[in-house]
Amino acid sequence: MTALLVAEQCLNGLQLGVMLFLMAAGLTLVFGIMNLVNLAHGSLYMVGAYLATAVFNWSGSFVLGVVFALPATLAIGMLVEVIALRRLYERDHLDQVLATFGLILFFNEAVAMVWGRTALFTRVPPALAGQIVVLPGLRYPAYRAVIIVVGLAVALLLYGLVSRTRLGMLIRAGASNRTMVAALGVNIRLLYTLVFGFGAALAALGGLMAGPIYNVQPGMGEEILVEVLVVIVIGGIGSIRGALVGAIVVGMVDTLGRAFLRPLLSSVLGPVAAESAGPALASMSIYLLMAAVLFFRPQGLFPAARS
Amino acid sequence: MATRARRIVLGGGLVALALVPVVAALLHQPFYVDLFRRILIWAIAAVSLDLILGYGGMVSLGHAAYLGIGAYAVAVPASYGIDSGLVQLALAVLASAAAALVIGAVSLRTSGMYFIMITLAFAQMFYYLGISINAWGGDDGMRLARRSRLPGLDLADPTVFYYVVLALLVLLLWLGHRLVHARFGTVIRAAKSNEPRMRAVGFATFRYRLAAFVLAGAVGGLAGALLTNQTEYLTPSYMHWTRSGEIMVMVILGGMGTLFGPVLGAAAYLLLEDVLSAWTVHWQIVLGPLLVLVVLYARRGLYGLLPGGTSTDG
Repeated sequence: MTALLVAEQCLNGLQLGVMLFLMAAGLTLVFGIMNLVNLAHGSLYMVGAYLATAVFNWSGSFVLGVVFALPATLAIGMLVEVIALRRLYERDHLDQVLATFGLILFFNEAVAMVWGRTALFTRVPPALAGQIVVLPGLRYPAYRAVIIVVGLAVALLLYGLVSRTRLGMLIRAGASNRTMVAALGVNIRLLYTLVFGFGAALAALGGLMAGPIYNVQPGMGEEILVEVLVVIVIGGIGSIRGALVGAIVVGMVDTLGRAFLRPLLSSVLGPVAAESAGPALASMSIYLLMAAVLFFRPQGLFPAARS
Repeated sequence: MATRARRIVLGGGLVALALVPVVAALLHQPFYVDLFRRILIWAIAAVSLDLILGYGGMVSLGHAAYLGIGAYAVAVPASYGIDSGLVQLALAVLASAAAALVIGAVSLRTSGMYFIMITLAFAQMFYYLGISINAWGGDDGMRLARRSRLPGLDLADPTVFYYVVLALLVLLLWLGHRLVHARFGTVIRAAKSNEPRMRAVGFATFRYRLAAFVLAGAVGGLAGALLTNQTEYLTPSYMHWTRSGEIMVMVILGGMGTLFGPVLGAAAYLLLEDVLSAWTVHWQIVLGPLLVLVVLYARRGLYGLLPGGTSTDG
């Protein structure tokens, strides 16, 4: 019984982990390649969730929502890059923080104007509403299982894209020496816009899959953004591999901490103390983990090689 | 040295602030005392952030943590019946200084993007901690039992409270001026422009930067203690990271690396909020793009617009 519970919570941790990875993958590329602190990445996650949910509710088809939201968020991301963020690459981090903070205010309010401030109604797509048998005796919600599969598939694709294709080679080259790549005749500005739009689409994928599990409401992007920042800092800025490892670790620690810290503590401290200390410690766990990692490795676990 | 024109402007501004309760009483608009007191409290927070952000070049996106710790240091003792303002303020300053010491010791080992994100993450950690402690209000927060009791000063009187806050701000600006122009401030500023050189010359820059970080945290805690007295309410949302962003916006809007700039920035931000929110509930849809425009095209801040305001000393 307990072993099954642990296994189920591990799957939940993995599910949160791949969700974080979808956000972290795009963001760490933007951080690492363009040297841009983009706090508005959470807004793209939110926009993706809203667009998909709105189309899903209107048409009754979740797939249609996905098919609409991904390219739409990609286009919005590229538009934001061309209008505002492109001018910030050469600025210092402070300017980037402020401008993207302004974008967050804009997107949150824009969403609230169109759909209101209360959470948007959404549900798990009917075809995935059931449970599947993962192991004998262990049943798991089909929807969450699909999230895990999709997330891991995207991770594999991304790895192949970055390490095996010409586009990936250009991305890596642009990260280590922007001027040289431009001098060799590559349109680096277009490349950046593409990478940004691609990151936006990944964030939207995370957001639209998160919608039926968490709430679809203004500000949902910031809740996850901070956890994603922890992931990126732990993994090392600019490293996809670091993002994957960091995301799984953070997802596991957060989920298992919330599930088991209270019962574990209550056997040590007694139930009354554990009642308040358990949730408090669980909510702090990933930040303590980050502090510990940074104390020993200030550049994260997998620092990206930079010239 | 401040130019004569600027001295006149700043002196005039101070007189105007001192006259706010008088004018509000004449106009029968007590609301303005409340509004300007809020501005002064946020100005204290913004000045404290500017000490590390503008002078020290440390882009801390977690300043709201100290605000929150200061707020808890007032409201939690008050809920147990300890309403001595001196005890509460001392607790606020010491607790936030201690938190800043720990946060600074870890995050100052890093720089650039890592520093921004780590300070942000630590502040969020305190935010989630506040949410999870149900005995102290949890997610909803709790009412402040009563305002801090200071010897001889009745903070329940809006005007008295206003002048207490104003006096603290003026004291902070004076001390800040002394500090920035002392050896300590020079080291901090020099470490901002070239830290390896400062280390080569023989300064333990880490200690100086950490000391500045702790000092800024302590003053942030003071602002938080005043803030919870202002709203008579404690909520973990004081520590939400968007608060840190707002304080940063105030500093930049006013002009970073100056002492009076953040005061101007706090006033401009909160007055803008007041005007825009009277006009539409969706005022942030105006504020957001405005912020982007300010960053892109007007980086010197409001202080740079004042006569003689171009030099960066305070």
